[in-house]
Amino acid sequence: MADETIPRRRFLTGAAVAGAGLAAPAAAQTAAQTATPAPSAPEPPAYTTLSANEAAFFTAAADTFIPADELTPRGSDLGIVVFIDRQLGGAWGGGAKYYRGGPFPKGKPEQGPQSHLTPREMFAAGVDAVNAWTQKTYQKDFDRLDAAQRDTVLKALEAGKADLAGADPRTFFESLYQIVMEGFFADPIHGGNKGKASWAMLGFPGLPALYADKIDKWRGKAYVVPPLSIQDFS
Amino acid sequence: MVTKLKEVDAVMVGMGWTGSIMARELTKAGLNVVGLERGGDMKPSENFALPGIRDELRFSARLDMIQDASRETLTFRHRPSEHALPMRRMGSFLPGDGVGGAANHWGGQHWRYLPSDHILKTHLTNRYGAKAVPDDMTIADWSMTYDELEPFYDRFDKLCGVSGKAGNLRGQKIEGGNVFEGARASDYPTPPLKRSLSGDMFAKAAGELGYHPFPQPVSNASRPYTNSEGLTLGACQYCGFCERAGCEANAKAGPLVCVVPKLRADPKFELRTRAWVSRLIYDKPGKKVTGVLYTDTRTGEEYEQPAGLVVLSAYVFGNVGLMLYSGIGEPYDPSTGRGTVGKNYCYQLSRMGINFFFEDKDFNPFMGSPGMAMLIDDFNGDNFDHSGLGFLGGVKMSCGSGTGSPIGYHPVPPGTPRWGSEWKRATKKWYQHAANISIGGSNYANRNNFLDLDPTYKDALGRPLLRLTYNFVENDYKLVEYCIGKAEQVARAMKPTILGNPRVRRGDYDIVPYQSTHNTGGTIMGANPKESVVNRYLQSWDADNLFVMGASTFPQQTAYNPTGPVGALAYWAAEAITKQYLKSPGALVKA
Repeated sequence: MADETIPRRRFLTGAAVAGAGLAAPAAAQTAAQTATPAPSAPEPPAYTTLSANEAAFFTAAADTFIPADELTPRGSDLGIVVFIDRQLGGAWGGGAKYYRGGPFPKGKPEQGPQSHLTPREMFAAGVDAVNAWTQKTYQKDFDRLDAAQRDTVLKALEAGKADLAGADPRTFFESLYQIVMEGFFADPIHGGNKGKASWAMLGFPGLPALYADKIDKWRGKAYVVPPLSIQDFS
Repeated sequence: MVTKLKEVDAVMVGMGWTGSIMARELTKAGLNVVGLERGGDMKPSENFALPGIRDELRFSARLDMIQDASRETLTFRHRPSEHALPMRRMGSFLPGDGVGGAANHWGGQHWRYLPSDHILKTHLTNRYGAKAVPDDMTIADWSMTYDELEPFYDRFDKLCGVSGKAGNLRGQKIEGGNVFEGARASDYPTPPLKRSLSGDMFAKAAGELGYHPFPQPVSNASRPYTNSEGLTLGACQYCGFCERAGCEANAKAGPLVCVVPKLRADPKFELRTRAWVSRLIYDKPGKKVTGVLYTDTRTGEEYEQPAGLVVLSAYVFGNVGLMLYSGIGEPYDPSTGRGTVGKNYCYQLSRMGINFFFEDKDFNPFMGSPGMAMLIDDFNGDNFDHSGLGFLGGVKMSCGSGTGSPIGYHPVPPGTPRWGSEWKRATKKWYQHAANISIGGSNYANRNNFLDLDPTYKDALGRPLLRLTYNFVENDYKLVEYCIGKAEQVARAMKPTILGNPRVRRGDYDIVPYQSTHNTGGTIMGANPKESVVNRYLQSWDADNLFVMGASTFPQQTAYNPTGPVGALAYWAAEAITKQYLKSPGALVKA
């Protein structure tokens, strides 16, 4: 059970030690605690907008959706929490291209989300609400649960069977699922998908995607190459 | 304080396909033209360049090139008795923004509508009797036949370098092309795109069932092509990133590649970007518009641009909104059936189909384009006998290789968990081995589907948002049930290892998931001002010097993507203006 609480400890240790100006030992310590090391040397996490609680929550969620196995390291080691931090701290998280004129009555699902909240605010509220619910049911925050319990909680959210103080658990679940999947599959330039791990898993070649001279040659045969990303051409 | 500018001969409201084509034709005829564009300017060499253009998150997920809903969106409800709420994030459809409009991020599927689509109501009543069309299905004929529009379809084909194979050349049917298409004066400007394994498997199975497979006509040039303006398109690279992003190869036709370079070099044309037109200035007794009012979005300053001729060349919603904001024509009222502006809003029954998985086939799903597909039109329009079926209209059915970009594409068989190691293994196992037959259906007008102004919500200029009242109706559901069965029949004949669950639209219309950017209607063409907003030359019945372009003039929507006729109609209207209207300004059709 001990390793299940690593995400939070890892974050808190990293933050505290980094604050004291001792980043290198923190990195070493983190590496020692990490069950499946990331392909590159791990760095202490640094976030632009996530709080310690939020980082721990997203780490636990990313590692539940994307566990370490023979295919890829776990989600947090792929940078998915860094991805989420950048997304929520950036224009999209701040509500770019999102219409915020009131009033905000509850509509039908087919009318789309009618929230006042920006994605940043929605995730902040959602993390609090899920933790409040797991405190009630397990007396622990979500990130302190073991893997099986986290899976159970996510399934309850997905099925709309968690009590989030009036908020729709399915809406929060789908947003959480979507942003973790984006972090897993998006170009690594956004902070996730470290080492192009998900692209290698699928067999997606990434860039430059110029196939005019390949499409006939590879017809009916899997075109498998080490994937390349935006950074590789920059 | 509004600054009044010097009068120009003509002003374009929006610089997508129709504004660009019209501006080009009018400057060629000697007019001084100003193009007003709500968004910014773009240059393919800079904005669509490698490697940054291959960013699925930025373009597909975060909708970098799509209209900003925080400034301008619409409200939506299913029926007139309900309360409409804003579409707070773009979803079901994705209008563009900036010079080039939605054609910067389109997929390029390029169709001509069927001859029967052009005379739909007449055709259906002739074939099935006067009672075949239900009372609430407010469909109408187009104002010109296919044959009349053919030379203009042809001109637009030659602007775009459309790739494809003719199925009907001057009346002669050609095997391997679309035998249902109307007679073409000339073959496609470039040959069909290369074919995918999945497309060929579909074509073989469909052919063996007696259907008529053909390659998708698409505005991705299959080889370098010098267009009717002397501008050169590159060859398609099959990158799989077409949709929602620009094309670095200049192979995907769009105004920025096919027309705008000519306009930039023309002293008779002036482009003003970030110039958001808030309304037209309407002289109702004089039956004309005197110009347009716009806001410079960089400064907030307002300008009046007087013009001899105004062309509404925005997207469907922009065109309908500006008619309503300007008080031109009578707003449509579904309770009485009176009024025309906002009437016959139609959409499509899109993104339906069936996935399948072949253990022993490798499809390389990332090599392709949305237009690299094989299709059948055997169940499109009225290409099949509808007697006793209980619905009208049909679908185009296709199979090909569109995109393998992994945020959106990592198909797994039914019953796979949504996350965890088992899910990861399934994505790995099936990524190379999945394919999809998709069907997209027509959507015929209904008296309760329309556009008007919302009483509550406002856009960034303080104008009411447009309000969409829309739902699928019985005809749509029946059409879908029938046609998904046909898709399943072809899918089974392909003998996949695993057949997925059919995806169809059964419930109420949902504005959240992407379906298609093929909205139509609201300023429809027609034979008289009681039933339509514009005449057969797309000239307003209520203002002689106002012409309305684009799919907002379609009386109803087919299963096809609308850009082909949108471009053809722009050339058609331009010819009416330059050859008739400018010689003798006034109504081109007597009301």
